[in-house]
Amino acid sequence: MPSLKDLRNRIASVKATQKITKAMQMVAAAKLRRAQAAAEAARPYAERMEQVLANLAGGVTGSSAPKLIAGTGADKVHLLVVCTAERGLCGAFNSSIARLARDKALALKAEGKTVKIICVGKKGYDILRRQFSADIIEVVDLRGFKQVGFVNAEAIAQNILARFNAGEFDVATLFFSKFRSVISQIPTAQQIIPAQIEAGTAKSESVYDYEPDETEILETLLPRNLTVQVLRAILENAASEQGARMSAMDSATRNAGEMIKKQTQLYNRSRQAMITKELIEIISGAEAL
Amino acid sequence: MATFKFELVSPESILFSGEVNSVIVPAVEGEMTVLAGHAPVVATLKPGILVLIKTDASNGKEFFVSGGIVEINPTGMTILAEQAKFIEDVDTAVLDQEILTAETRLAAAPEDESEQRRLHDQLVQLKEFRAVFEERRAN
Repeated sequence: MPSLKDLRNRIASVKATQKITKAMQMVAAAKLRRAQAAAEAARPYAERMEQVLANLAGGVTGSSAPKLIAGTGADKVHLLVVCTAERGLCGAFNSSIARLARDKALALKAEGKTVKIICVGKKGYDILRRQFSADIIEVVDLRGFKQVGFVNAEAIAQNILARFNAGEFDVATLFFSKFRSVISQIPTAQQIIPAQIEAGTAKSESVYDYEPDETEILETLLPRNLTVQVLRAILENAASEQGARMSAMDSATRNAGEMIKKQTQLYNRSRQAMITKELIEIISGAEAL
Repeated sequence: MATFKFELVSPESILFSGEVNSVIVPAVEGEMTVLAGHAPVVATLKPGILVLIKTDASNGKEFFVSGGIVEINPTGMTILAEQAKFIEDVDTAVLDQEILTAETRLAAAPEDESEQRRLHDQLVQLKEFRAVFEERRAN
């Protein structure tokens, strides 16, 4: 049976924790709004880009198609680009992305293929390095940037492209968490090289004039598309992270509240028991006289 | 005068969306003015100034675009800009920064000849535009 002082200390400590989680929840809520706005602002660009690409790619035939669409023809070396958060305390956010990537990596290895991993974000690296320390070829750290933007995405995309041009891998897949709502973030794997373009989505039948010619436009557009996809992944991830943190901290705050309630009850009960005990002692002492 | 739907989209936001009479675009192979009912075209852009012509108060609004792609189809016109800003927000420091990144990128470019040529063209275009911009400033 803990003493009254122990109980008091315990309640005070849970209260302090609750204050922290409450503050974190509110900070996450504020950041979420900004991250969500950024993610939504980036969507139209990605969508239009897809449309234009679909229109263009429909016109480019098999052998003349650039490598970024057609692939290298091989399927041996896979690059996994795993985007996670830089910070923890956001529920299952980081681990669910890492798990998806790990499952994929293990499946590929079981098929006898080579796996290379680029980690964007420290947390994913922390999880994956236990199992795949030999396969991780690079870790991109975004901690120093307050607002992650186009520049960061471009740097990552350039890095991936350089490796692709050097023939370091055949297929690249991007792992991130799609933001659906505050309580629902979906870990997603998206193949970025060779680019997956649904030619069927080309809605206009009009024949375009190209200036300069088609292949040249595709050559400038495809690397940019890669950047846009990476940017989208990062922005969606940022929104998801804040959403996950918000709901994780919300439930932590609630749990702390419940614990405080239980402990307070226990505290009151033992205090009452002590008072009753003392009263009985006094009365029985008085009766004995 | 007939209008058409025009959208200027940068990776971070939609800068403009609405009906316009015509748009002057800095395409790679020369500036072009687009009116309603233009034939479908896809073209790449070079660094330059984009001018909107409209009938209402915001007529003549100008944007700086650092490159990108323009798509014109029967339903309207879309510009996917690499980077776009209101012209008032641009100064030579911004351009110098752009030139610097282009230079470092060219220096780090792979052996691939077409890639080098593309980056080199971009750098030249940026420098050209900087000269034009300064001249404009001076007047």
